[in-house]
Amino acid sequence: MKKIGIIGVFVLLIPACVTINIYFPAAAAEKAADKIIDEVWQLKPGEEPPARPAESKPADAPAN
Amino acid sequence: MKKLFTVLSLLAATLFSSSWVSAAADLDVNTPAIAAIKNSMQARHNQLSPHYNSGAVGLTADGLVAVRDATAVPLKDRGGINSLVAAENGDRTALYKEIAVGNGHPEWAGEIRSTFAGRWVDKAQSGWYYQNAGGWVKK
Repeated sequence: MKKIGIIGVFVLLIPACVTINIYFPAAAAEKAADKIIDEVWQLKPGEEPPARPAESKPADAPAN
Repeated sequence: MKKLFTVLSLLAATLFSSSWVSAAADLDVNTPAIAAIKNSMQARHNQLSPHYNSGAVGLTADGLVAVRDATAVPLKDRGGINSLVAAENGDRTALYKEIAVGNGHPEWAGEIRSTFAGRWVDKAQSGWYYQNAGGWVKK
């Protein structure tokens, strides 16, 4: 009887671990996305972009 | 019996601690593959940003970019706009896949893509276009 109880506990516990493990980490994904977007678009981390890109960039390639 | 119980307890402890670690950890975005894609996208952004500003190119709901209004592209650039957009989308698709694979969960690529889709729009400059269920919207 005791043995059945112990087995029962593990039957419940092991899938619980697996569930935690494969759960999509939404918050971590957002953080990762922000970091990459800041780098690709060259934004200052954590800041919303300026209304216009005008000041810091040289005019957008009119030389072509 | 006692021995079996000890073994099982150890097994459970190991499983628990490993799942805790992976649940708490950040996603790793510093693999060489991701860095290479990021550099390529960063370099392309100088070419794309005038097209975001003019509304020629917009951000799609699935985390990519698309030509929204080709007539907003200066004639001299019109021929190259499709390949520019295709190259960007190739990099973006590869980026989502590499983040998923690099973190040991290839099946996360779709969710990573939707996370990015929302964040690109949130970080877009005002005046840029993005797509929602109803079509193109000017931010």
